[in-house]
Amino acid sequence: MSRDIYVVAEQRDGEIAKVSFELIGEATKLAADLEQKVVGVLMGDQIKDKAQSLIEAGADSVVYVEDKMLAEYVTEPYAKALTAIIKECDPEILLFGATSIGRDLAPRVASRVHTGLTADCTKLDIDVWKANEEDPGQKLLFMTRPAFGGNIMATILCKHYRPQMATVRPGVMKRIPVDHSRTGEVKEIKVEFKPEDMNVVIREIVKEEHKKVDITEAKCLISGGRGIGSPEFYGTLQEVADIIGGEISSSRANVDAGWIARDRQVGQTGKTVRPELYMACGISGAIQHVAGMEGSEYIIAINKNDTAAIFDVADLGIVGDVRVIMPKLVDALKKYKVANA
Amino acid sequence: MDFKLTKTHLLQQEMFRRFAENEVKPLAEEMDETEIFDLELLKKMHRYGLMGIPYSKKYGGVGGDYLGYALAMEEIAKVDGSTSITISVHTSLACSCLNDFGTEEQKETWLRPLIDGSKTGCYGLTEPNAGTDAAGQQTKAVLDGDHYIINGTKIFTTNSGFADTFVMFAMTDKSVGTKGISCFVVDRNTPGLTVGPNIHRMGIRAASNCEVSYENVRIPVSQRIGKEGEGFKIAMKALDGGRIGIAAQATGIAQGALNEAIKYVKERKQFGKRISSFQNTQFKIAEMQTLIDAARMMTWRAAVAKDNKENFGPMAAQAKLFASQIANDVCRDAVQLMGGYGYCREYPVERALRDAKITEIYEGTSEAMKMVIAGSMKIF
Amino acid sequence: MKIVVCIKQVPDTNEVKLDPVTNTLIRDGVPSIINHDDKSGIEAALVLKERFGGTVTVVCMGPPQADLALREALAMGCDDAYLISAREFGGSDTWATAAIISAALKKIGYDLIITGRQAIDGDTAQVGPQIAETLGIPQVSYAEEIYDIEDGNKVIVKRQYEDRYHIIEVKMPCLLTALTELADPRYMHAGGIIDAYEKEIPVIGYEDLKDDLVLEHIGLKGSPTNVFKSFTKQAKGTGELHKELSPDEAVELIIKKMEDRHII
Repeated sequence: MSRDIYVVAEQRDGEIAKVSFELIGEATKLAADLEQKVVGVLMGDQIKDKAQSLIEAGADSVVYVEDKMLAEYVTEPYAKALTAIIKECDPEILLFGATSIGRDLAPRVASRVHTGLTADCTKLDIDVWKANEEDPGQKLLFMTRPAFGGNIMATILCKHYRPQMATVRPGVMKRIPVDHSRTGEVKEIKVEFKPEDMNVVIREIVKEEHKKVDITEAKCLISGGRGIGSPEFYGTLQEVADIIGGEISSSRANVDAGWIARDRQVGQTGKTVRPELYMACGISGAIQHVAGMEGSEYIIAINKNDTAAIFDVADLGIVGDVRVIMPKLVDALKKYKVANA
Repeated sequence: MDFKLTKTHLLQQEMFRRFAENEVKPLAEEMDETEIFDLELLKKMHRYGLMGIPYSKKYGGVGGDYLGYALAMEEIAKVDGSTSITISVHTSLACSCLNDFGTEEQKETWLRPLIDGSKTGCYGLTEPNAGTDAAGQQTKAVLDGDHYIINGTKIFTTNSGFADTFVMFAMTDKSVGTKGISCFVVDRNTPGLTVGPNIHRMGIRAASNCEVSYENVRIPVSQRIGKEGEGFKIAMKALDGGRIGIAAQATGIAQGALNEAIKYVKERKQFGKRISSFQNTQFKIAEMQTLIDAARMMTWRAAVAKDNKENFGPMAAQAKLFASQIANDVCRDAVQLMGGYGYCREYPVERALRDAKITEIYEGTSEAMKMVIAGSMKIF
Repeated sequence: MKIVVCIKQVPDTNEVKLDPVTNTLIRDGVPSIINHDDKSGIEAALVLKERFGGTVTVVCMGPPQADLALREALAMGCDDAYLISAREFGGSDTWATAAIISAALKKIGYDLIITGRQAIDGDTAQVGPQIAETLGIPQVSYAEEIYDIEDGNKVIVKRQYEDRYHIIEVKMPCLLTALTELADPRYMHAGGIIDAYEKEIPVIGYEDLKDDLVLEHIGLKGSPTNVFKSFTKQAKGTGELHKELSPDEAVELIIKKMEDRHII
């Protein structure tokens, strides 16, 4: 019988990714609904002592595979290790972070063990599914995710295959508070690796400090228009962006004036963006600009002029001076982060 | 009779549309400001076959037809008049003279590079004293052994600022009038060929358009296209095809301007309503689109007739006459619909209006078109 | 070298709009395009062919109208094209899709397979890796740049991770999933379009692949995952406008909203 919710704890150079802790947090809720346990999955080289951090984050136990071949992520050794874990442990549910590793490993393994995988879930629930009226029903993982470029949502089920697999993007789920008093079993799964399992050669590993900016990929955009008054004020907007995990962007006017690079321009002649949060600071809301951002999930607009067109599309409109409000926002956010660390 | 485009033409049209939107449109405003045609854009147009559409693959062309070429002209002209004429003069005028009257050797030497993407051509007929009266050529080509020596001046030669190949016309025997004109092909680097500066014009400002002077330019007899005395016939035949291109260009300029105006009236609010909700606006736009559609149909008719090797000349003249006239009317109305903003350089409709005017003039004025049409009707 | 590029025809999701009255997607008139990542894959393949020789075959699994996407790929310069289409294939999830495409690829033959990383309608990024698994070949996903092909069969490729990249050497036969950044796709050639429509695009159906497929494992019924329901996100109501807040009150409100929406 398949049992328990397994969370693949992604690690790079021994450091466990934030998303893994978020998923463990989410898994504890699902486990409670299912009346089952949360198991952390670790794969790497000399990785065993990281297990405790997973338990303290909410896992009831941890299984791990250790081998030199798992020091740096390569598809086949990891797929082999994870498949061995699945075969031995028979998870009910298996969760991954939807990262460049998770989205490479999860489909490979799902294919290998012949089960269903749902990508980029934004919501996970345990609920009862019935095939028909007479069916007593079974508890399944209901996986909800955006489709059609984010225009619609779909709820997916994996009814007859196990484990039910899902990937979730970083920042979507919430981790639960760390509990240093927690303990749990840490079990090694032995996997025999052969030289041919390393079927590619890593010629070079290059770590990058800062990736190129693509505002269309940003989760949040703090955008500045004429109302910010000077090019230096983008520094303040950048501070807000850095704290909440976003990027700065601009209306056309400031780009034309040379205050900021053209690849930050939002609008008809710039880029179309749909972040979770779009803050329009000192932007009037001309139709050419609005066309590029009106699909954003949540729009906050700050403008001195209460008849500014931007307020027609804003979810939260504040009539005020951007140059006064934004520095205060920076301070308030810093305080918030400290209080909620 | 099927008015629908074939799958091939539809996909070509889609390609032209994407190219126009992504490659031409972003450059149009600046090219018009600086009056400099972007040579990187020219290279791209060569690369994707935009400069050899109706010519056979045998000589490196695309293997398409005049309808495909008209579709290209319209899509490009929707975003920029200058780019479309650059294509047109090269394709319909320069290339056609070589294609229709050149020897095999001339086609290999001169036509192939023009249509396989390597070189750009231009067409020198008009002179300071010979416009509609094209027969009044003063440029002379004198036979000297197995060479011709050419002397004279051409004006308003589109593409000459950067063209590699000059198809041009000169008088070889003044005593027989139009039957004394011959056609030649000259390489840009021939000693004695000088291209003047870009002539400042009202519209299609980015298109290169200069005076070209020939001072004792010596070319071998092998560079005469067709027989001595055939020049006028060659020139007129080329212009017949060129008019299809201009009709398509005018249609595109008008459609582009109307599309902009429609975008604007759907957003602009006055008196508490979008101005597109006023019946006057709706009626005006309906009229404009009807005229554009008529121009398009006439253009396609002439293009298809040419592809079917029918007598298309008068149809092409009609299409150009009509399309150029409505283009000016539609562009003027587009500016009017957009009011003050339509007059501003920030929006492209004022450029469309400036570009539209020339379509009533070049490759045969509207008056000349009427001469052609009346002539074909045999009423006098 | 035989390069096979797998492409998908998708609705241009940038153009998809919500009907404000019924709150459903307006699908009419939405243009169909070749998925962006896949198009970069085509370009990368064409560049490899120009550098190293070989052929580029393009395949697409989809309904009959996917023919247009294949014509476009041919017009860009691909040598031949196949449409994988059958009633039995409809409704397949990624596992089933990969099974079907893999069966077709076995018939067509390949040295290097290039797929896009993910399609803009399904957004799963799963089919590429699942094809590689089904065929039993190595995969390199998130391919940002192809540097070289050594000794005729070793692909040297840049594999992107968020915080680093690997330069990988992988022997053919293998599969790469292309990021849009992998290559800047060329336009169709005006003459290439004419050639494209003169070519025949064979349709590979269920009968052609049934020896390699288990009918119970494909199509809507056979897929491991199914859509339970789909719905549009809640329509946005009108926003709130605050005219009289002090800067501190405004900041407080902003933080509260950020918290509510899990931004912080």
